Amino acid sequence: MNNDQTIHVHEGAAGTHEVLHDGNGHGHHEHKQSFISKYIFSQDHKTIAKQFLITGIIWAIIGALFSVLFRLQLGYPEESFPILETFFGNWAKGGRIEPEFYYALITMHGTILVFFVLTAGLSGTFANLLIPFQVGARDMASPFMNMLSYWFFFAAGVVMMSSLFVQTGPASGGWTMYPPLSALGQANLGSKLGTDLWITAMALFVISSLLGGLNYIATILNMRTKGMSMTRLPLTIWGLFFTAILGVLSFPVLLSGFILLLFDRHLGTSFYLSDIYTAGQALPNEGGSPILYQHLFWFLGHPEVYIIILPAMGMVSEILSVNSRKPIFGYMAMVGSLFAITILAFLVWAHHMFVSGLNPFMGSVFVLLTLLIAIPSAIKVFNWITTIWRGNVRFTPAMLYAIGFVSMFISGGLTGIWLGNSTIDIHLHDTYFVVAHFHIVMGVSAFFGMFAGVYHWYPKMFGRYMNNTLGYIHFWVTLVGAYLIFWPMHYMGMAGVPRRYLDFTIWKSFNQFNDLNRMITVVSIIVFAVNLMFVFNFFYSMFKGRKLRTQNPWNANTLEWTTPINPGHGNWEGEIPEVHRWPYDYGKDGRDFIPQTEPVGPNESKH
Amino acid sequence: MVSVSTQQRNKVHPHKFALWVAIGSIVMMFAGLTSAYIVKSGTAGWHEVKTPTVFWISTAVLIASSITIQAALRSFKQRAMASFRTLFFITLLLGIAFVVLQWIGFNWLWDRGVHFEGSSGAGQFLYIIFGLHAIHVLGGMVALIVLFLRQYFGNTRNYNSTPIEIMSTYWHFVDVLWIYLLVFFIWIG
Repeated sequence: MNNDQTIHVHEGAAGTHEVLHDGNGHGHHEHKQSFISKYIFSQDHKTIAKQFLITGIIWAIIGALFSVLFRLQLGYPEESFPILETFFGNWAKGGRIEPEFYYALITMHGTILVFFVLTAGLSGTFANLLIPFQVGARDMASPFMNMLSYWFFFAAGVVMMSSLFVQTGPASGGWTMYPPLSALGQANLGSKLGTDLWITAMALFVISSLLGGLNYIATILNMRTKGMSMTRLPLTIWGLFFTAILGVLSFPVLLSGFILLLFDRHLGTSFYLSDIYTAGQALPNEGGSPILYQHLFWFLGHPEVYIIILPAMGMVSEILSVNSRKPIFGYMAMVGSLFAITILAFLVWAHHMFVSGLNPFMGSVFVLLTLLIAIPSAIKVFNWITTIWRGNVRFTPAMLYAIGFVSMFISGGLTGIWLGNSTIDIHLHDTYFVVAHFHIVMGVSAFFGMFAGVYHWYPKMFGRYMNNTLGYIHFWVTLVGAYLIFWPMHYMGMAGVPRRYLDFTIWKSFNQFNDLNRMITVVSIIVFAVNLMFVFNFFYSMFKGRKLRTQNPWNANTLEWTTPINPGHGNWEGEIPEVHRWPYDYGKDGRDFIPQTEPVGPNESKH
Repeated sequence: MVSVSTQQRNKVHPHKFALWVAIGSIVMMFAGLTSAYIVKSGTAGWHEVKTPTVFWISTAVLIASSITIQAALRSFKQRAMASFRTLFFITLLLGIAFVVLQWIGFNWLWDRGVHFEGSSGAGQFLYIIFGLHAIHVLGGMVALIVLFLRQYFGNTRNYNSTPIEIMSTYWHFVDVLWIYLLVFFIWIG
């Protein structure tokens, strides 16, 4: 079955569309659609990508705003800020955040950023946008399921958002939602309705990412255009492919863990609960183990960090190569290391549990497996650096962000070696060192990859460029700011400053960090403001940005740049182009670039 | 376009492939739950339960429905639409019977004091794991009903057997999954 027919069957099968496609595949696909089917319940992968991106941006603003607001209190514990009362009402009476609400804020900050922004906003956006474009397909394997994937994500967002407005507050058990805190409503205000809404939202989110992931895998494996063998795929697609595999295999396990948690919360089962006294009363639960939850959670939770970082790695590989005008260094090594990371991602989850009572022998096995991840990571870093080495580098904002990604990934990755050792982890566990590590390696790196992707593929999405000057300001302030915010946290962590504490004023030994804390707060406000400027640039450029005049603005080889400037549903007018070569023929035989669609010449050298 | 379609003809249909990936995903969910069972079964306060005998009947019913849906697919491919509809309908009825029998099994256990409250045990896992399996059967029945109704509505007659093939693959999967779960509970429990 060819791609045209697939779209076709689906629109018919879904029954939601009144649209008729011209099935011959030669005609143009600019058919009349109602506003609703074109922009809201759209089955076009490009529109769904934009929906994911814009929803992700909204969530990113909310999640980042939370962090800025609690940073105010962390930096200036004695001060009261009327603005906090404006935002949070009774949760910040007199302008000071209630300790209990601080937990809710960090929980929501983590959940929103990890799942809603860096999972859905990042891989949802770029998998949808790039997979059909770069493999040469008219749309996903199932455009209808793809649409459902977005709307389940939207529903998850609605539920999560509503939990911010319930009287007992949103969930506050941390983004990991460990029992018994999360399992007992009497333990904490946020463990009442807020946690139920959190679990419901996450269940919807899991369904959304499964529907998306199924589609991504099926599309990449079955809908590639003629000549597009797996080894001719751009590395973006490889990154997104392994991301989807990780998601499809690990999210269902998380769902199992949540189902057991719901039963413990509401039906009195004892999966995670045992021998607990609350308010002087013994609970009847016996035989449960919170460590069981940790196993189930981290079996997803660890792959989740690779779900976040692999799409960024893929996009960065592509952007570095395009803007260095050089082939990617070590294509097969890049694919192999992505594969190795995917396998290892499933075998290291217990390194989050070194201090939870895990058997030390098991711990040492997990140390070994964790440290093995350094090998594929180092291969990737080496290859990125050798790709830009002596390249004819074009410093576009996307390229800067891609280079920034490599910098962040190195800085954050190295501290992973510290934390991966169980002996060092005993000292560093639950300190600011961990906060610094995962924010740099997963949070900031993934954001850099995402920004690189947005700047690079913005012309493909909207037919216009983003403003470059604003892009440069955005990059430099964010890069310097991110290091200023998170680098000092390593030292705080080494000194033993625990995470998840609102106020250290009575803890005299930590008062040495007061100035540092204030500096971090000020910088995070600046970085937040600059990122709002990015949001402005994003929306402003959609309407007023410089218009794209050529199909291929970056002189890139991949297939998405062979489509019209504003492609309709179906992407290519006429036939889908055939692919004859890998996507990284830059600077070859005296030619700047050779698109994938060009047949291999008789005298061409091998790459 | 012709060139593309000839090239892709040998490949598995993308929707069928997506189903296999989905099956992998569902397997991971039950693997998570059954490994949780194994981890928990050694701990203090663990209670074993007797598996209700009615589950043997429901097993037979589900296997029978697997046979009828396979026969339905065969009839569909031979364009024997009347017998296809009959067999499809029987499959649906057997699916309903399976879910009802599971419900009877749960009630049987409940009446013998296997409840959610209190200390952990095989019973708590049984309700959840078998219950989730029943939900997957129910999901399959919704798809069965949609496909069945599609035979009677719509202006065009569709002889594309792919949706029916996907349906029957899924149905066999929930059948095999059930047998695995039952054997697991009898073996480990």
